[in-house]
Amino acid sequence: MKIALLGNPNTGKSSIFNLLTGLRQHVGNFPGVTVDKKTGSLTIDSVQHELIDFPGTYSIYPHSKDEEVVYSILSDKNHKDYPDLALVVVDASNLRRNLFLFSQVYDLGIPTIMVMNMSDVATRKGISLNQERLQKAFPAATIVSSNARVGLGKERILEAIKEKELLGHEPFLLNAKLAESTDIASQEAEAEHRYSKINDLVKLVEVERKVKTEDSFTNKLDRILIHPVFGYLIFAAILLVIFQFIFSFATIPMDLIDGAFAQLADWTSATLPPGVFTELLSEGIISGIGGVVIFIPQIALLFFFIAILEESGYLARVVFIMDRLMRPFGLNGKSVVPLMSSVACAIPGVMATRTIADWKERMITILVAPLMSCSARIPVYTLLIALVIPETTVGGIFNLQGLVLFALYSLGVIAALFIAIILKWLIRTKEKGFLLLELPSYKAPRWGNVGITVIEKVKIFVLDAGKIILAISIVLWFLASYGPSNSMEEASKNAEKVALEMNLDEEATNDLVSSVKLEKSYIGIMGKTIEPVIQPLGYDWKMGISLITSFAAREVFVGTLATIYAVHDDGEKNQPLIEKLRNETTAEGRPVYNLASGLSLMVFYVFAMQCMATLAVVKRETKSWKWPFIQIGYMGVLAYLGAYITYTFFS
Amino acid sequence: MTGITLAQAIKGEQVIVASIVESDLKSKLMELGIIAGRELTVLFHAPFGDPIAVDMEGFVLSLRKSEAELITVMKIPA
Repeated sequence: MKIALLGNPNTGKSSIFNLLTGLRQHVGNFPGVTVDKKTGSLTIDSVQHELIDFPGTYSIYPHSKDEEVVYSILSDKNHKDYPDLALVVVDASNLRRNLFLFSQVYDLGIPTIMVMNMSDVATRKGISLNQERLQKAFPAATIVSSNARVGLGKERILEAIKEKELLGHEPFLLNAKLAESTDIASQEAEAEHRYSKINDLVKLVEVERKVKTEDSFTNKLDRILIHPVFGYLIFAAILLVIFQFIFSFATIPMDLIDGAFAQLADWTSATLPPGVFTELLSEGIISGIGGVVIFIPQIALLFFFIAILEESGYLARVVFIMDRLMRPFGLNGKSVVPLMSSVACAIPGVMATRTIADWKERMITILVAPLMSCSARIPVYTLLIALVIPETTVGGIFNLQGLVLFALYSLGVIAALFIAIILKWLIRTKEKGFLLLELPSYKAPRWGNVGITVIEKVKIFVLDAGKIILAISIVLWFLASYGPSNSMEEASKNAEKVALEMNLDEEATNDLVSSVKLEKSYIGIMGKTIEPVIQPLGYDWKMGISLITSFAAREVFVGTLATIYAVHDDGEKNQPLIEKLRNETTAEGRPVYNLASGLSLMVFYVFAMQCMATLAVVKRETKSWKWPFIQIGYMGVLAYLGAYITYTFFS
Repeated sequence: MTGITLAQAIKGEQVIVASIVESDLKSKLMELGIIAGRELTVLFHAPFGDPIAVDMEGFVLSLRKSEAELITVMKIPA
């Protein structure tokens, strides 16, 4: 049996979903929209049922692209997801508004169970309900009460599902019939009619309602959290904590993962018989999987915090105080958390845009998030700064190298906001952006929900985006390890000969061999092929190769340069590499890494979408290849032009 | 009693919804329960005066000033 789970936002619908299905959840697609289709399985008396979690809405009529699924499925009896039964979660403390959606679903003739949730909140607000009168108004509905926050009600709901007779019934609203999704006039008339009938009913059902409606705890907290000074300070402090965790503390598990996968790769290549398959496994697949797993700590940490902010009701306040500031940029109050976390890593940042309900604002946030300088750019920036920026003090106190680093970060932020403004004009939607957001009462987060959110996000990343990342890393590995015909082998034999003549030790010989091998590989050839294109930016083919390999991840730029220049990677300060690069000169005897080409490279890395993992995540989140390609395109143009202007200006 | 828009109501003011300007948002506002005759209380404004938060029997809704301007309300004398 297919069971639909419906309800207004903030009614505890997801708590009910988690309560009923636990970890037996699966995330899939509703065709044509970006909302995920969350389904879970329920077993009652060894019969398995499918529970589909619909997006939280106030009405069955759609007001945004993502709400269309509710209407398109419920209005079409032949739809493959049309439910046999609907569970509608109703917030007992807000009966009037919740009965609107409930009675609409009831009037569709779908056998309906009302899950009366949050009755504790209603009691606290001094509301008591006469359930018999409610039952009389909806005779065919089963009414069960639950308190999902404390895990109560599962048995009652399962019992109700089991006992439910799947029959049609008379509607609540006489002559109720579903309006066309575009027939706004009929929807307005229905809303008026429906509310007037609900008002009469609520007068009967709410037998007691104390005058004091506001939740005083929430009101007191709001006075501080929405305060023009403290509100922003507290939000900044919270962001700082989140940022600190993702930026610094996530590196501990990340280093462990990095080390473990490197060891696994070494062990595999040492243990298995040498050959193409072993190389594919150890250098392609294992390091590719490592490149996916490495992001898990950051994703898990960010969503741990976001789930807490959302569950507690604070995220809605963030939107409330940030909305006015972000609006001129076509962004949303909710864009702030994704953009800030992109300074650590764009991947969790892009995934965090899920909380932005408005499609256009969400797309703009996703498209500009990778412009924020992420932690993978730091190795590139620091290498280049050490190389071309003198260690002098400016204005008595400022370290010039530090100033340049600060300028690079600022450039990313400014570009993100500037591009956002442009996108605001370019992306056209029929829907007008609106806020209309509920500010729910503050409550302690439910840790079960937080945990399930973290697991779900990690699963989505590993299973969906991971496939793409793995595929691209295998392709990159192949291109870097193989070349046309026997040119690579010949070159490496020559290099060994040269090394022997020069009396190099084993390590230096290996470095030299890897260097010529890379040069003769497909990527090496590609690097040389693009040289005329990147020459105007001040780059040579060696940088070209590094640009291509660093599409895997930006920090690979440093490692590739080390390989090409046959410098042994000291893993830390890159001192040998810096020495080598500093002495590198062109045919005319000018240094290759001068101020102009160095700055040009830095600007290139500020703008360029050099990260296949972000690409994969954007594909996953937008459910289309269109947006990641637009992103690669515009960021590539920006990078090229920015680097060209920088190079021309400084040379 | 003269009508003002919800955007003009000040903090703490209690008002009754009179009408909603014909617009794309009208049906959405109605579905949220903003229907002629409904009582609202302006709870607070965000810094910079926009958006605003209104209380509807314990359901706190925030809306942008541009959205509040669509709603004509009557003041309830204190």
